[in-house]
Amino acid sequence: MAIELNMPALSPTMESGTLAKWLVKEGDVVESGTVLAEIETDKATMEFESIDEGTVGKIFVPEGTENVAVGDLIAVLLEEGEDASVLEGMAPGKTAAAPEAKTAPKAEAAAPTKAAPAMKPLGEVGPFPKAKASGDRIFASPLARRIAEQNGFEIADIPGSGPHGRVIKRDVESFTPAVTAAKAAGLPSLEGDAPFEEIKLSNMRKTIAKRLTESKQTVPHFYLGVDIELDNLLAARKELNSMSDEYKISVNDFIIRACALALKKVPAANVQFGGDVMRQYSRSDISVAVAIEGGLVTPVIRGAEQKGLRQISDETKALAKKARDGKLMPEDYQGGTFSISNLGMMGIKQFQAVINPPQAAILAIGSGEQRPVIKDGQVTAATVMSVNLACDHRAIDGAVGAEFLAALKTYLEHPSTMLL
Amino acid sequence: MSEKFDIVVLGGGPGGYVAAIRAAQLGYKVAVVERENLGGICLNWGCIPTKALLRSAEVFHNMKHAADYGLVAEGLGFDLDKVVSRSRGIAAQLSGGIAHLMKKNKVKVFEGEGKLVKPGLLSVSKDGKKIADIEAGDIILATGARARELPHLKADGDKIWTYRHALVPNTMPKKLLVIGSGAIGIEFASFYNELGADVTVVEMLDRVMPVEDEEISAFAQKSFKAQGMKILTSSSVTKLDKKKDSVVCTVEDAKGKTQEIEVDRVILAIGITGNVENIGLEENGVKVDRGHIVADEWGHTGVKGVHAIGDLTGPPWLAHKASHEGVIVIEKIARDKGHKEIKDLHPIDKGNIPGCTYCRPQVASVGLTEKSAQEKGLKIRVGRFPFIGNGKAIALGEAEGLVKTVFDAKTGELLGAHMVGAEVTEMIQGYTIARTLETTEAELMHTVFPHPTLSEMMHESVLDAYGKALHF
Repeated sequence: MAIELNMPALSPTMESGTLAKWLVKEGDVVESGTVLAEIETDKATMEFESIDEGTVGKIFVPEGTENVAVGDLIAVLLEEGEDASVLEGMAPGKTAAAPEAKTAPKAEAAAPTKAAPAMKPLGEVGPFPKAKASGDRIFASPLARRIAEQNGFEIADIPGSGPHGRVIKRDVESFTPAVTAAKAAGLPSLEGDAPFEEIKLSNMRKTIAKRLTESKQTVPHFYLGVDIELDNLLAARKELNSMSDEYKISVNDFIIRACALALKKVPAANVQFGGDVMRQYSRSDISVAVAIEGGLVTPVIRGAEQKGLRQISDETKALAKKARDGKLMPEDYQGGTFSISNLGMMGIKQFQAVINPPQAAILAIGSGEQRPVIKDGQVTAATVMSVNLACDHRAIDGAVGAEFLAALKTYLEHPSTMLL
Repeated sequence: MSEKFDIVVLGGGPGGYVAAIRAAQLGYKVAVVERENLGGICLNWGCIPTKALLRSAEVFHNMKHAADYGLVAEGLGFDLDKVVSRSRGIAAQLSGGIAHLMKKNKVKVFEGEGKLVKPGLLSVSKDGKKIADIEAGDIILATGARARELPHLKADGDKIWTYRHALVPNTMPKKLLVIGSGAIGIEFASFYNELGADVTVVEMLDRVMPVEDEEISAFAQKSFKAQGMKILTSSSVTKLDKKKDSVVCTVEDAKGKTQEIEVDRVILAIGITGNVENIGLEENGVKVDRGHIVADEWGHTGVKGVHAIGDLTGPPWLAHKASHEGVIVIEKIARDKGHKEIKDLHPIDKGNIPGCTYCRPQVASVGLTEKSAQEKGLKIRVGRFPFIGNGKAIALGEAEGLVKTVFDAKTGELLGAHMVGAEVTEMIQGYTIARTLETTEAELMHTVFPHPTLSEMMHESVLDAYGKALHF
């Protein structure tokens, strides 16, 4: 029985996508795990893997096709012994009524039942015109296209201000090609005599490279550092953890909760910058950077200000495991409002982190260590942790950042205030 | 007792009445105050009645050349009173049409003179007596403009005319002096010249229609001279000496040499000045500069709720500019009030307002002239196509004319288009749309133009700019 390959849903909100590229052709033999195609959504290009083995019998949807609806028949795999005659009657777009037809892609097989997060990343909706679907038709005047081409700009990178968002001459003329320049500058010619191995970039690595380059080039970062004494917190943690074996609260769990509460207290720091508008969020969705093989991901603890330490701890552990197993779903990592990156457990005293757009702030956390501090004129020992807040100055001013850090410091130095 | 409206428009010309209609469409309660006739100067004393006169002149011209078409026309003549009454009838018909549009859109019209009392309040009086107070959060001033006069150049309505008198002449002048060769001066010069007057045009600058492309100006000037007009450029009239049945005009050229020209009528067409008087501007802090209200790109005067549009705000003094500003000012007000229907609102692009002059030959243009493009330091490509190379033009017996296009050599942007010849005023919109849509030479070249039409010259001119003209 021929295996139908249908357009996969790569995220819970995806309704259609662009079939960017076929990586196999008709007649190719594929096995489970073979990457069949690249599918583009408005957010990412994802690989479409086969979970079956067989021969590519027919490709129905040619590469470059836009707006392919989720579930549409895009190709058929022939199982051993089958020939092309089974393809009769099959047509692109429609799924034949074979009930036992398997759907191939992992992503779809694991189709989430969970509702999409209530908040979408800022780039996805609203008037922030940058995020154009790579496959969508781009409305631009001929003159705008030509000037863009002459300047080496991608027309898709340029926000349009004409009717219905059409890109017109003035948009191109006022365009600062941050990302485009990054493309050119980001691909230096590699040289060096030392023996090397060429490592193909994973999609995750490409995404990290693209987003963080964009962040550093387009987001005006500034940094605020503060030292936080942890002795009270460590005592509270010790007490909590001594009372049960069912949980083990980490310092990081305290920090997540404290950040969430501090954002609640200083909502001006819980924002995103969107060109001609800003969003101030009333819920603290904390993205927690988790290092995984080959990169890092940032699963989100949503509404962390309403969650207890135990729940935060459990969720963080579950998400971190999912992340390390490569099973994180888009709704697990999309749409945070604030990020935390903690390198304390790796002995880093202090560092500065790169903002994860469209978020406007990220907190870099160093290790807690015994340091001499002066209290009442006396040198004494305390466990001190240095944290550093990177802020998008378009959205957050120094005073707001300082206010946030002051709130955070109070929560962490007097953990009982987190009970209030 | 005052009446309350959302928006009141002072002046029922092409800026004012269009603003009123747009405001009504958006659901606002609107009033218009007009002291004379709905439709303003454009419709009553400008664009429309002059077109009616010029049409009579054109038909007369064709009749005189009937033999060229194998036709016989004998005993030719004209009745100036009937020519004028046709023109007045058309103005009256259209003004009635505006009254109908106001009614249809439920715009209340106050007949009288309006004056800004304070932001939010306008009073209306008739014959010196106050007839109404109108309260409105937004007041649009659209009182238009009138002919400019100078101390030594003043109209008397008898022998020395402005456009207003020239539209309803008390006599058919045998000898006419027109001061100023802008659109208004040249159109009257053309009209009276066609009807047989001995016309002299005096222009201060070095060429007629000085806002037009130099090449087009020169082309038109040559044509006017061939039709018998006398053109005195780089000259000014320093004195008008009224005699019993004539006016002796002293004309001085650039070298200071003077000559006296005796004519029986003079038309002043030396510019336009805004109707800024007696409408309450100074009292309310509305800024006036050189006879015009200072307003921003959205028509806002800087005084809360007080806006100004059209001729009142300065050049170009064109009805279509006023109408467009009328729509923009209303949509901006609506957008500021959070009206959901308003999208894609932009201030008017003054570089893309076409200009038309209905003399014979007609002149029409949009965008940069060749010289102004060069002065901006742009590298350009220029295309030209003469009417003589166009089949339709020859068939019409209108082989005199030129279509000129100016492109940015680097980007292919159509910087400007300039035309002289029959019906060019009807064609300029094609290039204006092209500019609005930001087409390059490529799309214009790819466009199929219908044959046989005059518009094919628009195609050929573009092709010529890139060395590809086919028919010349």
